[in-house]
Amino acid sequence: MKRALSLLTAFAFSLGATLAKAEGELFIYNWTEYTPPDLVDKFEAETGIKVSVDTYDSNETLLAKLQAGATGYDLVVPSQNFVPIMINEGLIQKVAVYDLPNYANYEDKWKKPEWDSEHEYSAPWQWGTTSFSFHSEEYSGSGESLAEFFEPSEELRGRLSVFPTPDEVISLANIYLGIEFCSEDPKEMKRIQDMLVAQKDYVVAYNNETMSDLITSGEALMTNHWNGYSRLGRLAGAPVQYAYPKEGVVGWFDSLVVPTSAKNVENARKFMNFMMDPVNMAILTESQGYGDAIKGTAQYYSEELKTAPEVNPPSDLNVVFAPTCSPAAQSLIDKVWTKVLQ
Amino acid sequence: MTERDLKSSNMAKAKALPVGHYRGLGVWNFFFMVFLYAPIAVLIFYSFNANRMVINWTGFGVEWYIKAFNNEDIQDAVWNSLIVAFVATGVATTIATIGALILARGGNFKGKTASLGLMMLPLMVPEIVTAVAVLIFFATIGLNWGLGNVIIAHITFCIPFAFMPIRARLEGMDTTMEQAARDLYASEWETFRYITVPMLMPGIVAGAMLSFVISLDDFIITLMVGGAGSTTLPVYIYSMIRRGLTPEINAVSTLLLLFSVAIVTAYWFVSKKSNTKTVH
Amino acid sequence: MSKWLPKSAAARRWLGLTPAYVMIGIFMLVPISIMAVYSFLEPNPYGGVLPEPSVAAYVKLFLEYDLEDNLVFNPGYINIIFRSFQLSIMATVICLVMGFPVAYYITLQPENKRNIYIYLITIPFWTNLLIRTFAWIIILGRGGVIETPLLNLGIIDDSLKMMYTDGAIAIGLTYSYLPLMVLPIYASLEKLDFRLLEAASDLYSSRFQIMTKVVIPLCKPGIVAGCILVFIPCIGAFIAPNLLGGGKKLMLGSLVQFQFASARNWPFGSALSMLLLSAVVVALIFYARSARKKEYIQGTA
Repeated sequence: MKRALSLLTAFAFSLGATLAKAEGELFIYNWTEYTPPDLVDKFEAETGIKVSVDTYDSNETLLAKLQAGATGYDLVVPSQNFVPIMINEGLIQKVAVYDLPNYANYEDKWKKPEWDSEHEYSAPWQWGTTSFSFHSEEYSGSGESLAEFFEPSEELRGRLSVFPTPDEVISLANIYLGIEFCSEDPKEMKRIQDMLVAQKDYVVAYNNETMSDLITSGEALMTNHWNGYSRLGRLAGAPVQYAYPKEGVVGWFDSLVVPTSAKNVENARKFMNFMMDPVNMAILTESQGYGDAIKGTAQYYSEELKTAPEVNPPSDLNVVFAPTCSPAAQSLIDKVWTKVLQ
Repeated sequence: MTERDLKSSNMAKAKALPVGHYRGLGVWNFFFMVFLYAPIAVLIFYSFNANRMVINWTGFGVEWYIKAFNNEDIQDAVWNSLIVAFVATGVATTIATIGALILARGGNFKGKTASLGLMMLPLMVPEIVTAVAVLIFFATIGLNWGLGNVIIAHITFCIPFAFMPIRARLEGMDTTMEQAARDLYASEWETFRYITVPMLMPGIVAGAMLSFVISLDDFIITLMVGGAGSTTLPVYIYSMIRRGLTPEINAVSTLLLLFSVAIVTAYWFVSKKSNTKTVH
Repeated sequence: MSKWLPKSAAARRWLGLTPAYVMIGIFMLVPISIMAVYSFLEPNPYGGVLPEPSVAAYVKLFLEYDLEDNLVFNPGYINIIFRSFQLSIMATVICLVMGFPVAYYITLQPENKRNIYIYLITIPFWTNLLIRTFAWIIILGRGGVIETPLLNLGIIDDSLKMMYTDGAIAIGLTYSYLPLMVLPIYASLEKLDFRLLEAASDLYSSRFQIMTKVVIPLCKPGIVAGCILVFIPCIGAFIAPNLLGGGKKLMLGSLVQFQFASARNWPFGSALSMLLLSAVVVALIFYARSARKKEYIQGTA
């Protein structure tokens, strides 16, 4: 009985420990490989707040996890087109980002975005583009057109890697086929569906985490990629080259937002403020290689970053940011993707 | 008759192979063991790869072990795993012991088969179904205890694993000792405390070890049910595999493997001591 | 201590069983029941359910509204379900073919050797499933342990493309659950009376006949138990299809996970789970029937 009692005590104790989240904690839920450890260390050293980071692989996963009540996260990092959904669903809360001291550093160009025009919810993280990368030595093409990705040549049979979630893939397909984003026209969506189903014959894996490794091992010759992540792969020795197709690429803007169920809102705001300091944002940009929306970061960039091809697109590049789709358009997108994955 | 005897008699006269013996069984068994252990050997071997990519062998090194040891996220994950496994094992073993005592000693009663079925239910339901069902349940009632949610789910599926060896032990146990104690005017509680529990101990320890390993290994349920700060080691390893195949995964895996082997070996000796057959 | 306990045996019984009932009842039966209810509701487009009764989730298994909102037959999910059964049965059969001779071989060994073999077979089973599957990525992958020497020796001149295939999933599943096949077969072979074999031999049965007419029928319950223990986790597998199938070859388990973790269609995910559960129930009924037969055989023997 003593043993049983001591076990019960241990049980109660551990529950208590998890319930009474001590002050000075911050739970971040972010994309895989998107939170530089040295930045976290710096924040911990400056504030004494203990940060822990969990990771997800797509906006869809984040939304699903929040909807399923996976709570306790203080900061999450959705892309621009998912922010309005989360606001409507009551999943994130107003935290008066405009009121933070470092808000003054926000670049004017990015102020008043349509997804959060008053900056009540979101603080900037990174913005970048989605396109594809190819094996710089073994692939014969030059990545000048999205046709190489969507209507692959024979050498890509079984050696093409595509993102596993519809959001960016379908946006990219929209650009390629000249179809408006969030189309509610079934006929146009059918064209996208047919193209993606045909593309599947060439796909080796649906993946958005180890793209550069797939290229390095030769498992894939071409893969969906993000510009900054492609740069990281290249810096680690992968023979990847990021493509700037003439039709254009998908742009996205990821922001820090605070879930409604967050327990450490003040710490989350501290982190938001911390990130709007150009010194800190520059650390993030340096490690991730995307763009930032904070004034005065450029002076801290390394030469390598300033000249990296992934960060310096051709000046005439067509970058299209996806808006939030209506439920009708979203339903078509889901249907298309379900069909593709079957 | 040993294998060697068999072989020599084979050579002497093929017909002499005893009834029930078949040629090639030993070879088959050998290749079976190779199949079983080759992947583990490969895994351990590549944990000593100095290269960043697992499969490009460039030289021997233990730096991935050092890296794994210094990785704070891994430490947190190990800590979470241990808390969950200890609490789940403790509670599940207690529940299972009481349940087993009643089901094995309580005689026949209405609902016994159903109770037995209920005890074994978590074993029958595919893990993914348990995972999503519990996920829906927690989301519906809004239960949000972080690691507590994970612990509750683990207790539930650990119960049958703790239950099986305890029940097996009870069924093989002689009741004469207990009867003798009662005849000598030991109270019911004293009999239970000084006779039944010590005799049952090997079963309880075996059950606790089984559920400990099961809890420590669980991935899918924890992945679906866990919230912020409840990343356990398997969930962390999964996120490592998704990020790219580095020998650090092999290093962590090798360590976890050694730990599991140690527990199973201990379990093995405990269950050998008890003469009941608790082969799972 | 015992004074607090109720006097009546029945009351004690229920008191003692209550914790187990509560845990498994509340955290297993109730969730599964809620899931069953959810499978008959409308999905909320952004996750969760709307409280409107609907059989859409079950209809979706066979039919779908295409982009133009026409209801058409959709073989997609049927294919996934079919593939799940196919791969699970394949893995079960491979496990049986590989495992039976080993179980039999172990039975022929002296006792101390038997125990060592059983120990060796259980060890990999208790190591983490993720880790065991991960090992196969290193083995099967491009430039992996199998390919590299073959490429270097010039036996093959291109990748064998073993990863991200149904074959890779089948190997992963087989490896994951092999011990679950060997152990129950061994347990029933161990009880086999070898004098029966002698008797059969004396009656001029061939070795083959002894195996098929005596050994296999007598250890059939073990074989059935092994098959079921392998089949159930295979049909709901998530790790092997995900890691070895490249997310392109879905199985039921990964499809269920996908509905909750990304597609946000809870009713459909719930309906798929109910389908999985019914597959398990069918397997268990099959097992119960063969177990009853065994009792019958033993009763008459």
